[in-house]
Amino acid sequence: MTHAPSDALPAPRDLPAGAVPEGDAPGLENAKALGLTASEYDLVVQKLGREPVQVELAMFSLMWSEHCSYKHSKKLLGTLPTEGPAIVLGPGENAGAVDVGDGWTVAFKVESHNHPSAVEPFQGAATGVGGILRDIFALGARPIAVLDALRFGEVDGDVAHPSLAPSVTEPSSGVGGAGDTQAVPAPSIGDDDGESGRRRSRFLLDGAVRGIGHYGNSIGVPNIGGDVYFEGPYETNCLVNAMALGLVREERLIRSAATGVGNVVVLFGAATGADGIGGASVLASAELGADDADKRPTVQVGDPFEESKLVECSLELLELDLLVSLQDLGAAGLTSAASEMASKGEVGLDLDVALVPRRMEGLQPFEVMVSESQERMLCVVTPDKVDEVIAVTDKWDVHGTAIGVVTDTGAFRIFDGDAFVGDMPIPALVDDCPLYDIFPEKPTEPIYPAPPRRIADGLPAGDALLALLASSNVADRRPLFEQYDSIVQSRTVRRPGQTDAAVLMVPGPASRFSVGGGDAVGAGHPSPAPEAGSDAPAGGVGGGAISGVGVAIDGSGRRVAADPYVGTVWNVLECAANLACVGAEPLGLTNNLNFGNPEKPHIAWQLTEAVRGLGDACRATGAPVVGGNVSLYNEGTTGPIYPTPVVGMVGKVPDVSITAPVGFAAEGDLVALVGAFSPQLALSEIAKLQGGAIPDGLPAWDLERTAAAIAAVRDTVREGALSSCHDIAEGGLVTALAESVLAGDLGATVELSPYAQDDADGRASLFGEAPGGFVVSGTAEALATLAERTSVTVIGTVGGDGLSVRCGEQTADVALSDLREAHAALGRLFA
Amino acid sequence: MPQFPGSCDEVDALLAAGHVGDAELLWHRDRDLKGVDAVVVPGGFSYGDYLRAGAIAGLSPVMDAIADFARDGGPVLGICNGFQVLCAAGLLPGALLQNADRRFVSRQVQLSVETTETDWTAAATEGQLLSIPAKHQSGRWWAPSELHAEIADQDQIVFRYAAGGNFNGSLDDVAGVCNEGRNVVGLMPHPEHAVDALTGSTDGLVLFRSLLQGARA
Repeated sequence: MTHAPSDALPAPRDLPAGAVPEGDAPGLENAKALGLTASEYDLVVQKLGREPVQVELAMFSLMWSEHCSYKHSKKLLGTLPTEGPAIVLGPGENAGAVDVGDGWTVAFKVESHNHPSAVEPFQGAATGVGGILRDIFALGARPIAVLDALRFGEVDGDVAHPSLAPSVTEPSSGVGGAGDTQAVPAPSIGDDDGESGRRRSRFLLDGAVRGIGHYGNSIGVPNIGGDVYFEGPYETNCLVNAMALGLVREERLIRSAATGVGNVVVLFGAATGADGIGGASVLASAELGADDADKRPTVQVGDPFEESKLVECSLELLELDLLVSLQDLGAAGLTSAASEMASKGEVGLDLDVALVPRRMEGLQPFEVMVSESQERMLCVVTPDKVDEVIAVTDKWDVHGTAIGVVTDTGAFRIFDGDAFVGDMPIPALVDDCPLYDIFPEKPTEPIYPAPPRRIADGLPAGDALLALLASSNVADRRPLFEQYDSIVQSRTVRRPGQTDAAVLMVPGPASRFSVGGGDAVGAGHPSPAPEAGSDAPAGGVGGGAISGVGVAIDGSGRRVAADPYVGTVWNVLECAANLACVGAEPLGLTNNLNFGNPEKPHIAWQLTEAVRGLGDACRATGAPVVGGNVSLYNEGTTGPIYPTPVVGMVGKVPDVSITAPVGFAAEGDLVALVGAFSPQLALSEIAKLQGGAIPDGLPAWDLERTAAAIAAVRDTVREGALSSCHDIAEGGLVTALAESVLAGDLGATVELSPYAQDDADGRASLFGEAPGGFVVSGTAEALATLAERTSVTVIGTVGGDGLSVRCGEQTADVALSDLREAHAALGRLFA
Repeated sequence: MPQFPGSCDEVDALLAAGHVGDAELLWHRDRDLKGVDAVVVPGGFSYGDYLRAGAIAGLSPVMDAIADFARDGGPVLGICNGFQVLCAAGLLPGALLQNADRRFVSRQVQLSVETTETDWTAAATEGQLLSIPAKHQSGRWWAPSELHAEIADQDQIVFRYAAGGNFNGSLDDVAGVCNEGRNVVGLMPHPEHAVDALTGSTDGLVLFRSLLQGARA
């Protein structure tokens, strides 16, 4: 590909005074069809001093959509804590970044691709990964990891063990939905009702997992963790959230602000096509209807090979110091990328759509401006460096083209060759979208139907445990994460399934060895692979500790549906607890708020309460918000999703060789229940399997005390004192015990008195759920040390080939092989 | 070590090779191998692998030079996509098809060293079990029965998946093979991801250390 020599670079255009763009104004009705309200349209007319022409209307409708303007959530988000000692880059840039020591920063962000994935799961999920990766390398950071949070409708057709089936196959007597909603059909085993929905959920799961794997595996960024939940309200509106981390020296972080009048705007990467026109921006701002198939052409198609070249090219351009600023093209394509850059730099732009390389003929100027074709980047370059920039892009086959110039007009002016087709004040596009108050009101009736009953009440504890282990929200995630490359880039010290949070060495393995330094390193480093449990320091070369980060992502929606404030706090605490198990101290947090239509009072209430909880939990755990994303209008044909604030947390690990695995590690170790833990059956996974309705409200607990317990566990893990450490989540204490038995391939014998409130028979003590509890194993001395800082109850010993539990009237004796068979239940979904 | 657009394990391989000597990347458009003593063709998805795994990389300029190097007896190791590339380029026998279940699988596997008579296994012992990660979607080694019999006969099967570990459906549990000259070896699992106890295992180092043995027995 050839390019214009420097003397033909785009220059600011001289226009006669009073020149206005060509073409007719499409008018109010078309504006409404594009999603603007009548009053918003009036405001656009007022800002322009005339009615918008086609390009302008298309651009305003996107920039003023919920997706780009956050017009219903911006006021709430302003209440979140965003400052802390480790914060290098807070909200506002493509991603946030935290200081991880020695001048290195980790950039990270989570983002949703829900509606595209509900329409076409493979491409929707794949481009979700591609999009979040671009946010990371747009900062100049090399992407080093991906995580994902997935939510689908129910996939379980029946119970794994028919003997556990309820004798009465009616739904629990709990709650109907809010009137007409019936997200989950009345269950009865052997009945086909609901099977089509479950089949669709399995299809969405399979497609999303394949799509995430396809993109991440191909581009060479490890997928190091995630979570997945299956709940009825996600059946017609699944959630696909992807988080990415990147690594960059602090001084090499690049911003996105366009500056320097006369500087040139260069587009590089894939050519522009019609894919995604009206895609995410429109899709993301309207509830999904029955005609989803009609929206298929608007879903973007991802190309990880193109993106892999784009990463290398972008990082090389920055390494050579050739760029003024860099920005990725995501939702709303060129429109959003260019106007955000101009807004941050408080400049104007002249842009010629005729110069934009196309992959199809006949695109209209407005289509070029709003196309969401994937794998494109925009940069601002001083005129003297344009040739060099284009040469680097040619080297990587992501040919760059100068398409515009920075001006002092404060206006975004669009040309199509010589034709003048658009002229908008940048602040009007970016800042002047009206922000709306939302009107929260706690619903008087339950919003969600009770889940289908899968097991009888009062099953013997062993049978109930097996049913839990085989249920989709608890079963082993290995069949999913085995489809992802978790080790490429050689940073992954703890892979999925080994520890509650993933652990990466940062900056990386290169600092660990004298690369090219002869055979002393190789030959002198024959230490055996660490046993799954021992986690003894692996002998860092040179004796110095290898530092790194721990990363986790969490966000159960069901608990937030029960109590948006308490449930959200719980999600943040769970993330912090996961980090504690690998000795990671929170540095910052990113969040994706997945909610329904905020214009409805009960959704507004969920959103408001959740953000309040998020803020309180951030302050308690010391993890300020570095950025995130809001995904509203997640409502399918059967009602809103569970309110789902997904939280991704990054923490500092001073020595990555010292972490505590999930699995029990040594026969004879003591097993202890640790932390400020007050479990309740009301919202538990066992209650869900029994068809229990979602409770109205959850008991609050002492947030500071729980956070202090988590910190105590973290510090003890850091001392290398614990053999294993696993936080108690879905399925309660007995499930956590079983998971530690399974991961360590070592049994345990446990006996304890009921300790939960109002728990005469021990059921709530074993199966109840709450934040802040851990199952820990280690020596008596190690547990005594931990007991100085938080509650520690020794409940048993490690050993044997099964799990044996006594608590009040509850007894369970289950062979390891039976636990393993039940836990492998998800495998059949991918057979 | 050639770097193709779309390679992704080349830095890992560079790091692994760095345990035993100096290592550098070779750009896919170059023909100059810069006088190296050995070549590792890395894993990844060269050129996107949209046609067929390894198909395009096999035609690249750098592969011409690597083929000459191999024919002259230079040690060449193909890992994962690199194995696919070497098969596509005719430097190694057999072909790599989609896994039996057509899914990408990432898993730690046990490999059995079947012969130490190659440039890349000289430092191992026959029957030694190596714990090494595998991660691929097209790793099912296959050859027509005559070719299979021939390479089995000539001891060209270098690695097999240990009993019960053949997750991709490879013929005869084959995980890696060598050429007649025994200087070119390819395998699907990733020895370069098994060079550090911190990240899981050091069992892969033996391949790189084998180079230091120099002449084979």
